[in-house]
Amino acid sequence: MNGTGRPDDYEKRLQAWVGRVLGGPRHGQDPVNVPMIRHWVEAMGDPNPVYLDEEAARATGRETVVAPASMMQTWTMRGYAATVRPEPDPGGMEELTALLAEGGYTSVVATDSELEFHRELVPGDRVSVEERVESISLEKKTALGEGRFITTLRTYRDAHGEVVATQRWRLLRFRPEDTARREPDPAERAGGGQAGKGRAGGERAAKRPEALRPRPAINRDNAFWFEAAREHRLVIQRCAACTTLRHPPGPCCPHCGSFDWDTVEAAGTGHVYSYVVAHHPPHPAFEMPYAVALVELTEGTRLITNLTGIAPEKIEIGMPVVVDWLEADPELTLPVFRPAVPREEG
Amino acid sequence: MSVLPGAAAIAGIGATEFSKNSGRSELRLACEAVLAAIADAGLEPSDVDGLVTFTADTSSEIHIARNTGIGELTFFSRVGYGGGAACGTVQQAAMAVATGVAEVVVCYRAFNERSGVRYGLGQADRRMDQGADSAAYAWLLPFGLNTPAQWVAMFARRYMHEYGATSEDFGRVAVVDRKHAAANPKAWFYRRPITLEDHQRSRWIVEPLHLLDCCQESDGGQALVVVSTERARDLPHPPAVIWGAAQGSGYDQHMMTSYYRSEITGIPEMGLVGRQLYRQSRLTPADIGAAILYDHFTPLVLPQLEELGFCARGEAKDFIADGNLEIGGRLPFNTHGGQLGEAYIHGMNGIAEAVRLVRGTSVNQPGDVANVLVTAGTGVPTSGLILGADR
Repeated sequence: MNGTGRPDDYEKRLQAWVGRVLGGPRHGQDPVNVPMIRHWVEAMGDPNPVYLDEEAARATGRETVVAPASMMQTWTMRGYAATVRPEPDPGGMEELTALLAEGGYTSVVATDSELEFHRELVPGDRVSVEERVESISLEKKTALGEGRFITTLRTYRDAHGEVVATQRWRLLRFRPEDTARREPDPAERAGGGQAGKGRAGGERAAKRPEALRPRPAINRDNAFWFEAAREHRLVIQRCAACTTLRHPPGPCCPHCGSFDWDTVEAAGTGHVYSYVVAHHPPHPAFEMPYAVALVELTEGTRLITNLTGIAPEKIEIGMPVVVDWLEADPELTLPVFRPAVPREEG
Repeated sequence: MSVLPGAAAIAGIGATEFSKNSGRSELRLACEAVLAAIADAGLEPSDVDGLVTFTADTSSEIHIARNTGIGELTFFSRVGYGGGAACGTVQQAAMAVATGVAEVVVCYRAFNERSGVRYGLGQADRRMDQGADSAAYAWLLPFGLNTPAQWVAMFARRYMHEYGATSEDFGRVAVVDRKHAAANPKAWFYRRPITLEDHQRSRWIVEPLHLLDCCQESDGGQALVVVSTERARDLPHPPAVIWGAAQGSGYDQHMMTSYYRSEITGIPEMGLVGRQLYRQSRLTPADIGAAILYDHFTPLVLPQLEELGFCARGEAKDFIADGNLEIGGRLPFNTHGGQLGEAYIHGMNGIAEAVRLVRGTSVNQPGDVANVLVTAGTGVPTSGLILGADR
């Protein structure tokens, strides 16, 4: 995707950052200590006694009190000083940020933080962190605008160099929409709400969705599906007892009554079972008209989804489709489907 | 056999005017309709000891009772699932009367559905919680499948594909509704019939639904008074006896989005209602002289005709094209103009029309009608009635 006419070497210059460590390790200013732990648990309202009460901590098999795992990031932060006496960042993050700004990606939003803990920290531990660029995505369409996901891996170590935790950190660096220009493309409009693709020579100002798509109501019965979607995995709930697949998911198998379930990953192929093309009422998250389909997966379950990459008037029941992923916004990734066989656009 | 068939009757009907902007509170509309129905039955508010409404109604029974002078209540109940509740309220009332827990039960529904909260705008911006009802929308709303018209359109497209029905076939339902409304002074579309061409030329709401496939949105209230058939015989109007009253929720039921069944061209929950109605009333489709079928959107009228046994599967389009729904036809349909033509009062105004058909007072009265079948909302857990003359 090179729609804004940037030279190809921009991609190379960006990708050259993958694998690079952003500066040397940054060391915590203070060792892990009880006063900071106390401030944290008071502010968080965390009543677990293992953070402050020696006896309670020992009763759980620990040698002494431990720091809350969620404090990991705080030990190496510069804290208040960073706001009153900013120091140049020797690590290179500023340089990478400048390179992204050169591509127009001047806005930022944090999208993910996945932590893995290797051991608990105890008072006296000295923590350092090192950050390495893991990946820089190709340009993605998101509801905020086109952008790139920058993923880094932060490795936290103790004074002996042993890893105590890792943190996978993902940012979306994106082009704010009013600087982008595009011409509406009927083929893309079918999926709805995917405005904002940069196009050379576009005359009209971008018509991007004025609102985020409606939020799914997430609860204990459906969260797994949306979490998998964020990882671009289309999953189907499966009864662990009788292996019947079911969608939409639920807590109990209607065939055998079992509450045990797991998931299988769908092949991502299927066909259009039915579809509609919505014209009215307008919703600010969707560009009208847009297509919503009931897709029957090869595995046999059906789901509601959007069709993309096809003009609404070309859609047919029975048409084979394959899954595609829509980063609707930093918090919402949805499976959408496009024709398995590319169609001639009218 | 059950004690229900024939035990109770609708003795009074009352409504407000049907409008687009009532200028009054929903509670006031409900009180006006309830009092009008009680007066129509020749009763006093103090005779009423039961009230039933929809869970969707904003005016609880206590507000009605307190404001209208009804006083003490021994029975109060609510039915869920939107318009699917309509005939269910009468079933609740009939069961209460048949079992003796109440003697005079008023069913009511009133709202400012056009000037207030419009269901047609959909659920996209509705506040969600973590309950199962909210979570069920998670599979729809993020993809932009937000409105009742959109939900119905998904069924309609598949129905067209399997049975070769066309948009014109849906349009004929709207044309009949509007023809009947044109003769009904209470109808919003009084003296405003449409042609099939008008239907075809109306703008898309959600393909394959045109604007004229979708019912209007209305402000108004409707109430019905249910008493024992024995008592009804002493009241001013001939009783509209409740020969059948049933609810139905189908296998793998969802709210207007039961898309995951092996087939989605039928309405199994309506078939379930129909089987109960015929069993209770000991009638068959051939005995039904008129039908008031829920018509929030035209496409779902077709599978209703099939589920209720008026024609075979996939043949509703021919049944309609042959003129069977006309006043002189085999099954005069929505003689008040339906919700497309008269008003969208969540199906309750259709029950009132069935009462008028039994009384012989419809503006489009097709001669004597011994038995009328009425249905409630489609695509949701639903309900139905067979109302008929005293036997």
